[in-house]
Order: sequence, then structure tokens, then C-alpha cells
Amino acid sequence: MFGYIVRRALYALPILLGVNLLTFALFFVVNTPDDMARMQLGAKRVTPEAIENWKAERGYDKPRFYNDKAFGVSKFTDTIFYDKSLKMFAFEFGAADDGRDIAEEIRSRMVPSLAIALPTFLLGLYVTVSLALLLVFFRQTALDFSGVVLCVAMMSVSSLFYIIGGQWLVAKIWQLVPISGYTGGLDGARFLILPVLVSVVAGIGANTRWYRTIFLEEVSRDYVRTARAKGLSELRVLFRHVLKNAMIPVLTGVVVVIPLLFMGSLLVESFFGIPGLGSYTIDAINAQDFSVVRAMVFIGSLLYIVGLLLTDISYTLVDPRVRLE
Amino acid sequence: MTMLEELPKPAALAADLLAVRGLKVELQTPRATLRPVDGVSFAVRAGETFALLGESGCGKSMTALALMRLLPMAARIAAGQVEFSGRDLLARPEAAMREVRGGQIAMIFQEPSTSLNPVMTVFDQIAEVLGLHRGLYGEAARGEALRLLGAVGIPDPAERLSAYPFELSGGMKQRVMIAMALAGEPQLLIADEPTTALDVTIQAQVLEVLMRLQAERGMGMLLITHDLGVVSKMAHQVGVMYAGELVETGDRAHFFAAPLHPYSRKLFAALPSEALRGHALETLQGTVPPLDRAFAGCRFADRCPAVMARCHSEAPGWHSVDGQQVRCHLFENERAEWVKAAPGAVVPAAAAKADGPVLETRGLEVHFPIRKGLFKRVVGHVRAVDGVSLSISAGRTLALVGESGCGKTTVGKAILQLVRPTAGEVLFGKHQLVGLSPQAMKPHRKGLQMVFQDPFASLNPRMRIGDILLEGMAALKVGESLEARSARIDELLQRVGLDPAMRSRFPHEFSGGQRQRIAIARALAVAPALIVCDEPTSALDVSVQAQILNLLRELQAELGLSYLFITHNLAVVDYLAHDVAVMYLGRIVEAGPAEQVLRAPAHPYTRALLAAVPKLDGEHGFAAGAGGEIPSPINPPGGCHFHPRCPLAREVCRGEYPGQTTLGGSHVVHCHAVSEGWGGAH
Repeated sequence: MFGYIVRRALYALPILLGVNLLTFALFFVVNTPDDMARMQLGAKRVTPEAIENWKAERGYDKPRFYNDKAFGVSKFTDTIFYDKSLKMFAFEFGAADDGRDIAEEIRSRMVPSLAIALPTFLLGLYVTVSLALLLVFFRQTALDFSGVVLCVAMMSVSSLFYIIGGQWLVAKIWQLVPISGYTGGLDGARFLILPVLVSVVAGIGANTRWYRTIFLEEVSRDYVRTARAKGLSELRVLFRHVLKNAMIPVLTGVVVVIPLLFMGSLLVESFFGIPGLGSYTIDAINAQDFSVVRAMVFIGSLLYIVGLLLTDISYTLVDPRVRLE
Repeated sequence: MTMLEELPKPAALAADLLAVRGLKVELQTPRATLRPVDGVSFAVRAGETFALLGESGCGKSMTALALMRLLPMAARIAAGQVEFSGRDLLARPEAAMREVRGGQIAMIFQEPSTSLNPVMTVFDQIAEVLGLHRGLYGEAARGEALRLLGAVGIPDPAERLSAYPFELSGGMKQRVMIAMALAGEPQLLIADEPTTALDVTIQAQVLEVLMRLQAERGMGMLLITHDLGVVSKMAHQVGVMYAGELVETGDRAHFFAAPLHPYSRKLFAALPSEALRGHALETLQGTVPPLDRAFAGCRFADRCPAVMARCHSEAPGWHSVDGQQVRCHLFENERAEWVKAAPGAVVPAAAAKADGPVLETRGLEVHFPIRKGLFKRVVGHVRAVDGVSLSISAGRTLALVGESGCGKTTVGKAILQLVRPTAGEVLFGKHQLVGLSPQAMKPHRKGLQMVFQDPFASLNPRMRIGDILLEGMAALKVGESLEARSARIDELLQRVGLDPAMRSRFPHEFSGGQRQRIAIARALAVAPALIVCDEPTSALDVSVQAQILNLLRELQAELGLSYLFITHNLAVVDYLAHDVAVMYLGRIVEAGPAEQVLRAPAHPYTRALLAAVPKLDGEHGFAAGAGGEIPSPINPPGGCHFHPRCPLAREVCRGEYPGQTTLGGSHVVHCHAVSEGWGGAH
């Protein structure tokens, strides 16, 4: 097991390096520092000097990979690739355009993101798995059929509708919670209720239908017939036998997103004014703050790789047939 | 007119544990309502086994599920009574029915590898029943589970309690299923094809366990099977099912002495055996009628060799003949004299072609590496095939026999270079096939073809039959033009007994037997000299198996084909094979002409295999077969691989692998007992 984790971590290194190279190519080769400067400065203020100044301020005036003007090791370290790309492995992302340290910013914005994403994830999983089990318990009845129709209807509606509709109904008409905003501490809970609720509801349709399909497939297996032949009640068959086996395919989709919860949700955070990483990314894209976007892309891929590793490890916990070596 | 009045009741009705009367099951499908069980009545007495015999789709499993009220959702019980210990099961509320399931009636299923929950330990699965029906928990449950595992003959039961199903062999899993079924101390055990998925040796062991436990506990048993041999060994009473109804019932002795119904007789006649060697097997014409309609006459009429005019218009009632009940007009007045069908037409033996073997293997080895650790170092080998030398002559059939896991399928694949042999030679004519590149192998592929076991899985479901046949010809450049190939496809379909018009259909539109014909046509398409048949009939019903075996024989006689026939079914070997090679753990332990190896087996393993085949002599019980199971080929036992299971094993067997002893002609054997002449060996 330990050997497996070490090996997988070693495999992850070349992948991360590849991601790093690709983002570097996107941000500094496809889209050169000159292009960035022009976009940032705006058509009116673009002069060759202004571009040079802009680049020098951010350290984009260095050579990309190899600095033949420098000496010794700095031939390689005094370059854009080392400064802007390789240093991300040490979580040094430099400063954003507004001058704040990106790493510091990420650390402080992680908390609000998690405050929304974690409850959404847990509550969403609980609700959708329960609903799916309910539909499977009443399979091939009117309840099951109308449940599926409702799921499809809910999937077909844009998530923007749930956000705006929720804000209008719950916050404006019923005035139960604030429309948007955020504060730290326990007091902040009232700001979290609505975004969590909206995110859970928005996910019900697709996830319930997906879990229902998995459970239905499992319910028709031979061992379920055996369990019934033992005289177990249908509920016990579902919870003791079906659920445990169905967890194997469910895990594939679920565990991989756990690390990505840190990244927050782009839409929900922007609409509810949550100062998390999701809104940070959206704002950075809007403001064309390339160093922030680059940092978020890198962290996203890192977390995704961690998610894949966690998925493989979690298989050993639910499926005795999987032994990692 | 109901069945109730018609069926003569046995005298000892009071002792009936289970009485089923006029049971009807309806199955709703998108197209029609089927009646898979249509008025079935029978009784099971305590301490006795009632065998429900029939081919797939006759409704026997549906009957069993209906008794437990575990029918699939689309099915429902439309009529009938199920009386168990004097109470009507169909009238019970669902909650009360759960006490019956597992507690009073337990069930074991065909496929032990899918019928156990893969993520629960053996103990958890048994303990569930113990808690539910006997209120045993904790240490008490553990003790009882241990006792049960011991009773079903599982070695090291304490260790096995914490094992997961995937860690057990098929035979062990079925024993766990039996232990689980017995955990609730049921009065009736329903066994639905309990040994169909198992090897003969393991089948004999499992059936023995069932018989012993039934006798010890005085349990009633409803045994559902398609295997006449199993019925002959296990049953007290027999019921034959056809197209949703019982057509004959009676006790075992009478049934095996003289089956009455024309269908029952056809089942016996379709069985391959040594006596029928050289003759075509009897087959059933046509197929089982669809069950979505009401029948005016006898359901078997269209396929019956003794059909009369009234059979089509008038449903036959039950007639009693010497204590046997049969539903057939033939027996209305007196016992119809049944002329034992003359053996089928003699199929001439293949004309001997050029001398010398078509195919030969010398010291063929296939070792699969086992890799472990951070750098995937090779830490050992699975010796799937470990030095196999075979020789197949033109127009002859060599049967490769052995238990599952002995490496026989790997031999077939290695001959076709579908797996790369690690050592040894495969000589096809004068050509060495081992080590050829896929390109260099291509011209030889025309000469070597394969037919697989599962006709449902081996045809691409999204290709039309014509395209399936065309693909092989096109890939190997057989036939000059599309027209020539197309004409060949028609010819091939006709040759295997299918209508050429069927070429534009998809595989799912065909029955299992028809699909196997298509698979044979696919192999024939490129005019091969040798076909490797890997268990080609083991997924088929007896009557369909007879058709396929007949076809294979005809093709051999006509085209001078050679077959490497990989099988575990010794009756088929006896009927079809010219030569036999018996394989154990990757090596050939005995080989020679069929009549010598099967009539005068020298190796204890060959004898054990033969002893384990249930014979149709109507005698209860089994001769002693081989105990234990085939060990892992990763770490085979030292010395003779078979010594841990061998009744003759001595010190020398543990020490060295026996050399080859020739017993006259080409009959050879690897056994110390034979070469040194002790233990009653030759």
C-alpha cells in the first residue's frame, strides 16, 4: 500500500511537470508578455516604453529559458520559466497585479470556498444517494417514473436559474437570509445557507439519476437474489448489500472531486459575493490577471492528480478484491 | 378442467412437505404476456429429493422462484396453490413470507461466483441468516458458522470465515452457499442447477455433501437441473418439464428404466456416449414453441416423432403407467410399445489423408510472469502450460481433457499464437509457428481456426451474420471478389444448417445453438485444416449439443478436418474423440487412443475424472472421485503434481515427477504407480 502511494506520487511528478510546461507555453509562448502588456495597458496607452516598463515591473522582460547574460546557475534561474513556472512547485506564485501576494491570498480565500463547497458536497451526496435509493426501492412504480421525469426536468434547467430564483424567493420575498455577502466565524452561517442550498438543489437532478442507474444495475445482480432468499427485508437488502457494492462505481465520480472542493465554485461564489477562490479566479479572468489564472490552473491540476490517487486508495477500503501493490 | 382433478395423488399425501398445485406464472414483456409456468403440480416429501428436469427456458427456475415468491418484478403468480407444511404460502403476507425464506425454505443457485456478495466476508454472509432466523449473534454465531463450514467440507474453516468470496474457488463458493442455506435449518432446500458451473470432480464432491446433509437432516430437496446424470444420482422423484408444464413424473428407478414421454426419451437419446460412436446423435427438430399463446394441443406435438392427428387439437391429460404419470395421448389405453430408436445413420469415418500429423506441439510452455513491487520485478511464474507435446493427424479428433484451471484453453490459444508460447515448438505441417511475427503468421491463420465456448459472447452483437463471416475471409484474402465471397457465405450458412437468407440478421436474433453454428461457419469460411474447439457445447442444452456434435462429425467426414477438442465433458469425448490427452496442472498426464485411455485408464487422475461422471444407471450415490481441488499453477506441488489428491501416492511421488511409461501403442502415462507396478495400477 505504502509502496503503491510512493510509486503513484512519483508518477505524478512528470505529469505535473508536463502541466507546468503546457501552461508556460500557453501563457508565455502562445500569448507573449508583449501581448499581455498591450491588453493590460489598453489601446490608447500602448507605447514601446510603456510595454517595456510593464514587463520590467513584473519580471517579464527576462529571456524565457536561458539567460546568456547572467552567470553560473543564474543562466537558468534568471529566466521567466524558472521565476514564473518552476517556482510554482514551491507554491511561490509571486504577486498579483494589485500587488498582493498570490500565495497569501489563496490561503485566506480557501476558507470561505471550503465553507460553501464542503457542506454542499456532503449534503448533496446524502440527499442524492437517499433519493436514488428511494426511487430504486419503488422501482417500476409511478413514484419511480415521476421521480425520473422530475430529475430530467431539474437537469434541464440552467444553474443560473436556481441561483437567481433562490435569491429572489428565499432572500427577497421570504427574507429568511441575506441575498449575498460573507463574514467569518459562526455569524457567517446565515450567509452560507442559501448558496449551499442552491448548489445542492442544482445538483439533485443529474446526480440522483446517475446513482439510480448504478443502484438499479446492482439490484438485478445474483447476490441480491441470494440476499432476498435469506429472508432479509428489502430495506436491509438495499442498505447492507446493494449500497456497499454500489459504492464502488459511485466512488469513482465522488472521491476525485474532494480535493477540488478547495477551488470553490466559480458561479455560486460570484453571485453570492463569497470571497473564495472561485470568485478570485473569475475576477482574475475578468481583469486579465495572468499570474493569478496561471496559479489557479496549476493548483487545479495538482488537486486533480491528488483526487485520482485518493480514488484508487479508496477502492481498497470498499472493495476487498482491490489490493494496491 | 384443472390439473387438480387430473393428477393422481400419491398415497402418502400427508407426508408431503411441499405441495404445488396448478401453479401458473405470467411474465409481462414489452411485446406479450408469457406463461413460463403454466399449471405445474408436484409434491416434495420430507427427506426426499424431487428433481425438476428440463432444458433452458422450460420454466423450471421460474417455478422455484415462484415458490419462494422471489419472482422478477415483471412476473407474477397468476394461479395455483403452494402448500408448505400444511400452510398456503401464496396467502401469506410478505413479512411472514420472509420468515419462510431462509428459515424454512432455503435456496442455492447455479452461479456461485455471482450469487455471493463480493464485498462481504463468508462469516458476515452466514451470520446474517443465523441472526435473522435463529437469533444467534457474536460468539454463538461464530461457533455455528464454523460448524456449518465443517459440515459442508471446507478445509480450515476458521480461516475461511474471514475470507471474501473472490478468495475461494468455485467449488468452495458453492459449499459456502450450501452452508449459508443450511444456516437457517430449513426443512426444504431448493437447489437450482447447483453444480452446473463446476467441474465434474467438484460436482461429485458437492453433490455428495448435499446428499449427506439431506440424509442427516431429513430435509426435503427440490433439485432443478438439466443434467440427467445428476438426476440419476440424486433424485427420488423426477418431474420432466417442457414449455412451462410437467409432461412426466415418476420415481427415479422407473423413469430411468423406461422414460415414457417422447420428449423424455429424446433427452436420453441425445446424450452422447461411447455406444453411439460413429452414429449420428438423435436430435429434436424445431424449437420450443413461444409461450405467449394458449395451446390447443400438446406443446411437444410439432417436434414429436410419434405425433398423431389429435395431438394438434387436443391437450393430452395425465395417464398412469406403473406408478409413472405421463401427459401424452400415446398412453391413453395401454402402455404404448416404444421401439427403441435405432442408432442414427452411420457417419463414415474421414478418408485418411496424407500421413503424418497436421499439427504437432513439442514441449510447449506458456509461463505468465508475476510482477511485484515498486519496479514490477518478476517474482515468479504461473506455469499455465508446462511442456505439452501433442500430435493431431489429418481427419482425426484429439480431445484435451482436464479440470478448469489445468491450462487446456491456454494450450489452444498458444497453438494459434493468440498467446505467445515461452518455449517449445508448434509445427503446423512443416512450418514452425512459434516466434513468427503477426505478419508471417497470417498465411497460416487460414489453416488454423477456433470455435469458442460461449456463442453469446463470441459474436460481435453489432455486426450482421454475413459481415461476421465476410470479415475473416477478407482479412485473410480468401476468395477473389466480393461476389465470390458472398456466394461462399450462402454456401457456408447452408452447410451448417442455416438459411442463407439469415445473413442480414444480427446475432441476438439467433438461439444459442444457431449462434454456435454461425461460429462454426466463421471458422470454416477460410477452409482450415484444423479447428480448435474450446468447449463448443458446454453452454448448450443436451438436444442442441447433439445437433452441434452431429454437425462437427459430418464436417470432419466431408472435409477431412482435424479437431483439437478442448472439453471437460467425458461423455462427449467418448462419443467424438479418436485420441485423448488428459491434462493436469499444465502437463499431460496420460494420452493415447480414446478406447484405451477411457476403457483402461492407467493414471489415477484419469480414473478419478471418469469416476466422477454421474452415470445414468439409476443408482444413487457416487464412486470415490478425486478429493481436493486443483492446486495453484504458481506453486505446483513438488514431485508428481497430483500426489496430494492421489489415493496411490507414496514417498517417491512427493520427490520426483514421474517419467513417461508406454503402455503399448501410443498410450502413454506419467505415473510412478504404473511404472513401478504398485497400488493396483497396471
